[in-house]
Amino acid sequence: MDKLLEANNLTKRFSQGNVISRAILTAVDNINFYIKPAEIFTLAGESGCGKTTTAKMILGFEEVTSGQLLRNGEPQTDKEKAWITEGVQAIFQDPFSTFNPMRRVDAYFHETVYNFKLAKTKKDAIDWIDQKLQLVGLTYQDVAGKYPSEFSGGQLQRISIARALLTDPKLIIADEPVSMVDASLRMSIVNLFKQLRDELGVSILYITHDLATAYYVSDRIAIMFRGKIVEMGSVEDVLMNPRHPYSKLLRDSIPQADPNLRWDSRVTLAELEHEEYSRKGCRFAGRCPEVMDICKTVVPPDVRIDDVFVHCHLYEELEEA
Amino acid sequence: MAESKQVVLRTEHLKSFYILDMQGTQKVVKAVNDVNLEIYENEIYSIAGESGCGKTTLLKTLFNEIVPPQRLVDGKLYYRINSEEVDVTTFSAEEKRKLRMEYISYIPQGSMSVFNPVIKIKGTYEDFIGSHVEVKNRDEIFAIARERIQELGLPKNVLDVYPHQLSGGMRQRVTIALASSLNPQIMIGDEPTTALDVVVQRGVIQMLKDIQKKLKNTIIMVTHDMGVHANIADRIGIMYAGKIVEEAPTEKIFDMPLHPYTQFLINSLPKFGDKTMRESVPGSPPSLADLPTGCPFHPRCPHVKDICREKMPETIKVDAEHKVACWLVEEEFNG
Ligand SMILES: Nc1ncnc2c1ncn2[C@@H]1O[C@H](COP(=O)(O)OP(=O)(O)OP(=O)(O)O)[C@@H](O)[C@H]1O
Ligand SMILES: Nc1ncnc2c1ncn2[C@@H]1O[C@H](COP(=O)(O)OP(=O)(O)OP(=O)(O)O)[C@@H](O)[C@H]1O
Ligand code: SF4
Ligand SMILES: [Mg+2]
Ligand SMILES: [Mg+2]
Repeated sequence: MDKLLEANNLTKRFSQGNVISRAILTAVDNINFYIKPAEIFTLAGESGCGKTTTAKMILGFEEVTSGQLLRNGEPQTDKEKAWITEGVQAIFQDPFSTFNPMRRVDAYFHETVYNFKLAKTKKDAIDWIDQKLQLVGLTYQDVAGKYPSEFSGGQLQRISIARALLTDPKLIIADEPVSMVDASLRMSIVNLFKQLRDELGVSILYITHDLATAYYVSDRIAIMFRGKIVEMGSVEDVLMNPRHPYSKLLRDSIPQADPNLRWDSRVTLAELEHEEYSRKGCRFAGRCPEVMDICKTVVPPDVRIDDVFVHCHLYEELEEA
Repeated sequence: MAESKQVVLRTEHLKSFYILDMQGTQKVVKAVNDVNLEIYENEIYSIAGESGCGKTTLLKTLFNEIVPPQRLVDGKLYYRINSEEVDVTTFSAEEKRKLRMEYISYIPQGSMSVFNPVIKIKGTYEDFIGSHVEVKNRDEIFAIARERIQELGLPKNVLDVYPHQLSGGMRQRVTIALASSLNPQIMIGDEPTTALDVVVQRGVIQMLKDIQKKLKNTIIMVTHDMGVHANIADRIGIMYAGKIVEEAPTEKIFDMPLHPYTQFLINSLPKFGDKTMRESVPGSPPSLADLPTGCPFHPRCPHVKDICREKMPETIKVDAEHKVACWLVEEEFNG
């Protein structure tokens, strides 16, 4: 099978020397996944579970501690530039930090067009930029001569997506691209992702906490918890029939757009995340409603059930040899 | 409803624009354009609307913090202070400062900006609370802060760390705890749960509800997640192009949305188990610097009629609690 991107035992450790902890934090812990061409793959999970760190390793912004990243079966040379020119683009969570407040927004577009030699004349450049902006519902007129402060958060995010589209990438790493975008635009952006996949064969690593759009748009999903992938499979399997207790909690925590379905139970949130990262057995043991003794001391096995991967003691007897 | 509720914040024809000088020509961005609100004591009022429709600008205006190029162009803003309604737009900078934190507090969009990255959380607390509490005693300030932090289930030692050492969710909870420290009458939150993962978001919603219940105060918040609105709000205001186009109790907004824009908002939401194409609102939002004539939604509205292109519909009361500004509803209602 073609794999556009593959992560093998990908690991990232940070040493954190501070007041709460003077320890090593394994932000990404031996994870394995792949992304096929023309596929939307979602990485979901709690704040601080290692999603952005994974994205940064793929983009070469963060060094890999151990493990491997393969692009079309070839090892990554860990040169950020090599990746970008090969057609990987990124969209980040906070559009305000993507753009320098003192620099005009259109300058970023012209810079990319110039760097990648996407147009010969000024007019061609503007046409090219305008075409990409139209994909996100804007025009060149809307951005020409303007500074980031003249746009709202959602408008800026659409602008940064248009900018990522300039080089016609094969893979887009989208880190929380819709978290600052309103519901209706959110749908237009995920519909745009679908369209990029179906019509242009672009793959997307969609990092999000919005499981409703993840279900709607993606083919497969990995749920991460404290650096580990705890469940992975098709969105149908993982979101319609979650097996890992953390996946179940995630599912139940999606606010339903129906005032008759308000939550009637309370959630317990983690204390400082370091405590969970340094847990011996299952890192979810402190909050898991189905916790058993073994979970507190022994790292759970990786189990395959049908086409779903689950990292949990509950499914031990099903473990394949 | 029989019982009349006490109004804690009221606006009359509030207009707040960005007035920009573009190489000699003036550009006016009408971000808050004739907004009339009555917000009650002891309620959570939340505002929904598309990106760029003016939600943040409205919140800043309600907070009475207007920094150029934003200007208050017209209208009145009243707070109910010590059982008396006062127009706060005429307040001096010092009078405004006094109200902050104690009477009204603000949780900005993107809580990162609240904290100074090079000082511990403690330092930020000191800056915010220190200038209000009469006591000279630092220890007392921190006693107040610690108490609230613990009540809200946050670890005590968060005061002793630097902002970057906290996760986004924890930082957001600390920001909310800080905003509630001096028991304000009104708390304003701009997307307080956006950018958080769902479990933490649920925890933050729970925390906001807990605070509101405990203080019996008013929370005015903005979010574009209709699921969050459904879970937290008592009443919802739908904002479009600088105007509140519909307002009703939460159940009514979801069960019986009347404005065509609200109907799109509700129907475009993705649902589990249903992958069929969801259409977002057609077209794109109007430029607030160049608004269409008449109803600002008319270029995108499937029900548009001649009058919609000419005149802005009045806000009519469909019933005591449900207000809409749309010609369609107006005609049905007034015959
Ligand atoms: N440069 C760094 N030095 C030390 N620790 C770090 C660094 N970057 C991230 N971490 C820690 O690694 C963990 C994973 O962080 P990461 O940003 O990858 O999470 P995330 O899943 O993207 O979270 P969010 O949903 O909040 O964006 C966190 O505990 C974080 O504090
Ligand atoms: N400082 C500013 N100068 C000029 N125009 C501005 C400024 N701040 C905001 N605007 C414009 O005012 C309008 C309303 O912006 P506002 O930030 O209130 O929107 P919003 O509804 O909060 O959007 P979002 O959901 O994306 O946060 C937008 O068109 C924006 O471009
Ligand atoms: S007033 Fe007219 S254009 Fe505006 S929403 Fe109603 S029907 Fe549509
Ligand atoms: Mg992240
Ligand atoms: Mg805003």
